[in-house]
Amino acid sequence: MTITGRRGFLKGSLAAMGGGLAAAATGGTARAAGDIKVNEWMKTLGEGVVSRPYGLPSEYESHVRRRWVEWLTATRESSVSFTPIQDLDGIVTPNGLCFERHHGGIAEVDPSEYRLMINGLVEKPLIFTLDDLKRMPRVNRFYFLECAANSGMEWRGAQLNGCQYTHGMIHCLQYTGVALKTVLEQAGIRPNGKWILAEGGDASGLDRSIPIEKALDDCMLAFAMNGEALRPEQGYPVRLVVPGWEGNMWIKWIRRIEVGDEPWHTREETSKYTDLMEDGRSRRFTWIMDAKSVVTSPSPQAPLKYKGVNVLSGLAWSGRGKVKRVDVTFDGGRNWVEAELAPPVLSRCLTRFHVNFEWDGRPLLIQSRCIDETGYIQPTKDELRAVRGTNSIYHNNGIQTWHVMASGEVENVEIS
Amino acid sequence: MSRFRNTALGLVFSAALLAAPALAGDLGLGRVATPEEIAVWDIDVRPDGKGLPEGRGTVAEGEEIFIEKCAMCHGEFGEGVGRYPVLAGGQDTLDTENPVKTIGSYWPYLSAAFDYIRHAMPFGEPQSLKPDEIYAIIAYLLYLNDLMDEDGELSKENFTSFRLPNENGFFDDPRPDTPTIAEKGEPCMKNCKQEVKIVKRARVIDVTPEGEEE
Repeated sequence: MTITGRRGFLKGSLAAMGGGLAAAATGGTARAAGDIKVNEWMKTLGEGVVSRPYGLPSEYESHVRRRWVEWLTATRESSVSFTPIQDLDGIVTPNGLCFERHHGGIAEVDPSEYRLMINGLVEKPLIFTLDDLKRMPRVNRFYFLECAANSGMEWRGAQLNGCQYTHGMIHCLQYTGVALKTVLEQAGIRPNGKWILAEGGDASGLDRSIPIEKALDDCMLAFAMNGEALRPEQGYPVRLVVPGWEGNMWIKWIRRIEVGDEPWHTREETSKYTDLMEDGRSRRFTWIMDAKSVVTSPSPQAPLKYKGVNVLSGLAWSGRGKVKRVDVTFDGGRNWVEAELAPPVLSRCLTRFHVNFEWDGRPLLIQSRCIDETGYIQPTKDELRAVRGTNSIYHNNGIQTWHVMASGEVENVEIS
Repeated sequence: MSRFRNTALGLVFSAALLAAPALAGDLGLGRVATPEEIAVWDIDVRPDGKGLPEGRGTVAEGEEIFIEKCAMCHGEFGEGVGRYPVLAGGQDTLDTENPVKTIGSYWPYLSAAFDYIRHAMPFGEPQSLKPDEIYAIIAYLLYLNDLMDEDGELSKENFTSFRLPNENGFFDDPRPDTPTIAEKGEPCMKNCKQEVKIVKRARVIDVTPEGEEE
């Protein structure tokens, strides 16, 4: 077992893994005789330009797709699909792979009929078209979006075998749009305006209260993701961006913002998205998504195929700011190495980390632990349970354990 | 040469006139929303009753509407069908292994029911109910939760007098709730524990989707 940590190639065995391990068998992956030939695609012309006016991935990548868990919800219109994070690299999620969470299906909004209303405690209630928004001073920012229920199925113990299912309610995009502050200033907030209500224009009309400080600080109304128009699944033509806060607040297909003097205590911030504690009382307004990380490869859907040289890859993030450090263990937390953070490391964005290591075929217990710039340390699941019990559903940012078996297969486990 | 320079200067000058940098403040975009337009979309309801429309409905009326439009998912007595939400019962379960979160057991404010039904219900046919029908359905839900007599009526006038049992069961987010570096120092990196055992396995539960069902 050899590990390359952040400070270079750390050669040597991990004592806790059982002493000096023999160097694993190494070798390339293309060793079979006869695999060098003149392939079909070298002998025929391919399709011409614009044969794919909107390009799609290679047919050999068709396994990279959003998936859902059928037993989780009553209908697909009010359900969730998961980002295949085990198949992705870097920090930007491709638009067609971003996880979905709908409460009334995907609204198909005609942009010419799109309107955004600002009302309530404002000097001048206003209605904007999409073109109006596009004429306002523009903002471009990268942010992660995580559903508050990401990893929610894991509160009582390891349940789903795949980081797509355990951690895939997350994506990270470049958003283009306008500062919410700019839009609210057009209407003029009255002095007693302390909260906003953001409301969706879909068949669920999802509405959430947001304190005015956050609304004026860094919220955006985005009309583009990764350079192109929002996808319908992500709220086309306009969605709210609430950096670092739970995804349920990032209202899609947003049609209205009301300014008020008190929160609305809507269904989505009382009956749902509140965290039930062991004593039967509940936390409310649990907005921030705390520091969290997960190893995406190896993981149950990305088993180890080769002994010898391998790359461990993972994602870390914090709703409080930048990721400062990620520690990785291969031996169930007896020893840790500092992972290499792949730039850019941006505030409230996914951060990619890597550890180069050699695998000798022995079982591994892999974990990652994120520390953010505020000094927040990603807790273990048992640390979270000690404080919150097991009924809270939301905001499970506990450390994930993957058990790599001798076969290279990986399973979701919890350890002592 | 001088002509060229003049032309260039003229272009720059007119461009500056046509496209002065926009400053913060009033950009002159959008149009004023009329009270009639606001009334079409502003359908939210707050705990203090702000936003409630005129209207009324009885438990008996609500039962009829509920059976017709809601029971196929929520059950005739709000018990929930399949994975659809349970709306009644669950009192005294919040601190148990299997909490049942209903309007009667969990929700802090009745206004959220009005706001939610008015926006999103019936599922698949939202914004089709009249205010009187929503008052009636909520009256029936209060009855199912033993919070209203069977001859009761709910209206804009008496709505805020119905307080839900779990109103005081919520408190504001106290996080961070696990020790930070400031509190416990840098985490251990070497020889942090003696023994490690696997104590839970996902495959024992065996609920991970398999194959490509889509």
